[in-house]
Amino acid sequence: MKSKYRYVLPEIQAMLASKDLFAKAKSEPTRYSYADALLALGGKNPAVVSLDADVSKSMKTTMFAAKFPERSFNFGIAEQNMMAAAAGMATTGLIPFANTYAVFASMRALDMVRNSIHYPHLNVKIAASHSGITPGPDGVTHQAQEDLSIMRSIAGSTVIAPADPTSARMAVMAAAEYDGPVYLSLTRDPVPVLYDESFPFAIGKAVVVRQGVDATLIANRDLVIQALMAAELLAKKGFDVRVIDAHTLKPLDERTVLRAARETGAVVTVENNIIFGGLGSAVAELLVEKYPIPMKRIGVKDTFAESGPYLEVIDKYGLTARHIVKAVKDVLKRKLAGRAKSKAKRKGLRQR
Amino acid sequence: MTQTPMSIPDLKRMAGIIRCDIIDMICIAGAGHPGGSLSAADVVTALYFRLMRIDPQNPGWPDRDRFVLSKGHACPVWYAALAERGYFDKSHLATLRKLNSILQGHPDMHKTPGVDMTVGSLGHGFSAGLGMALAGKLRRKDYHVWVVVGDGESQEGSIWEAAMAAPKWKLDNLTVIVDRNHLQNDFCVDEEMPIEPLAEKWRAFNWHVETIDGHDMEQIVSALEAARERKAIPTAIIAETVKGKGVSYMENVADWHGKAPCQAEADKALEEIRRCYCEI
Repeated sequence: MKSKYRYVLPEIQAMLASKDLFAKAKSEPTRYSYADALLALGGKNPAVVSLDADVSKSMKTTMFAAKFPERSFNFGIAEQNMMAAAAGMATTGLIPFANTYAVFASMRALDMVRNSIHYPHLNVKIAASHSGITPGPDGVTHQAQEDLSIMRSIAGSTVIAPADPTSARMAVMAAAEYDGPVYLSLTRDPVPVLYDESFPFAIGKAVVVRQGVDATLIANRDLVIQALMAAELLAKKGFDVRVIDAHTLKPLDERTVLRAARETGAVVTVENNIIFGGLGSAVAELLVEKYPIPMKRIGVKDTFAESGPYLEVIDKYGLTARHIVKAVKDVLKRKLAGRAKSKAKRKGLRQR
Repeated sequence: MTQTPMSIPDLKRMAGIIRCDIIDMICIAGAGHPGGSLSAADVVTALYFRLMRIDPQNPGWPDRDRFVLSKGHACPVWYAALAERGYFDKSHLATLRKLNSILQGHPDMHKTPGVDMTVGSLGHGFSAGLGMALAGKLRRKDYHVWVVVGDGESQEGSIWEAAMAAPKWKLDNLTVIVDRNHLQNDFCVDEEMPIEPLAEKWRAFNWHVETIDGHDMEQIVSALEAARERKAIPTAIIAETVKGKGVSYMENVADWHGKAPCQAEADKALEEIRRCYCEI
């Protein structure tokens, strides 16, 4: 039988139903993948500069600093100054990559990110580690569960939340090619290497990573793997679920989402982000106007989380495969009920 | 047009013309910030007509000096200087704050020729200027970056983040002029949130500090020229100024921070300014 999966490494496919996937799969925090790619980029493009705010060891941008000391600037614990200085550098044609944690990038320095970077649409790339609840143990102050919603709301923003190390590296290269601000949402905790090098990363192009016809899971960042695991669990129960890696939250790939909505008739969004304003909202806004179908959103409810090992925290807050399976069953029930209803309606019309 | 760099008497006259433009444009707009525009008028005039290496015909010239008005609300003084310097036609000044204007309520680098950075939220412009200076050093350019910061603006925490950073990178291509007019939107700066001892603060942050009379053109020019030549250390010039300078009823009155004069008030202001500056 032909595999349902595309670009997903065979060893990952084989482990999707296994409880040990996270223990056994090759994995890496995407902040490290970012640092690797930035280093490579530094060699290719002399306009690339790296700006840090005292987390260069954590994000491993020390590698860039060691290789290109002239092009590396550590601003100390002063994210606001770093962001507006990045904007100033970009006015001269440099391509600054400003590195910090997502809570600081999207909240503490938001005024600079909005007014000095996005309003003039300057070519600054914001590398935000510890995005969503990916810093499990660090606790709420360092869990940026709102960053994607905030960044999505800024006019002209491009927001990318790659699912794995392979696509994260590609995202960094694509961000450098794009002329304008880009927010790169990166993980503190390790995520499995999901994809092979044929993964077709392009800003704004979502990728179907599992074919399916019964329902669609649309996920981003660290929860794409959870969506894949859920799809595997559902397959064992006879449900054939499509999985889309919507790595670019903004601009949303409307074509791929609408096509999935038409072809599968039920959608569940999956994000490690507050339920307001992120991927679920983006998809709901699209579908409610263009193709309303049964839908459910997996995300952090109206609450702050807490410290704990990453996988335990996201499970407690409703973001893992078992929660996704439940949500899919729910939309499938509504989809079938809706079909039965419209069938009865058509029958009734014919009889009259 | 008078040649640049201008002589001191010509600079004084030009500062008067720019003050008249400020009053005119804010009166026509019916809103804007006259007080802080007038207090910075002499410094901005000296920069645009004597100090800065610029080409109004080529605003994007990569080797140009940069100017950032970090206290962006005082943009009427910036727009007036740019118009008088020939970046765009003076007729635009009457469109300040109007729909489809190239002159936004706070400066927009993509709308106004000669505006090097979009500013308005206080504190940002200084950091942006720091970034431009860093880029200049990295690329071995010899342009200078001039930033005007407000004294009220100095209450923003990020001002001191940038102040801490510039000496680390020995940014002698960066000069900050603090428009020390002693008033902010609500009240007196030092009643609302004291910033003194200001010169000592900048010195403690490892800047070379000069305090000058920000309305004395000779002092302004000589301080700016010295700043351009100074090596290995950034310069902060504390320009002691009078908010609303040149218009008797606006001087030292906090309420003229963000209020437009009516036509009768504007006429009186223009008459005073012309008498004081333009007949020099």
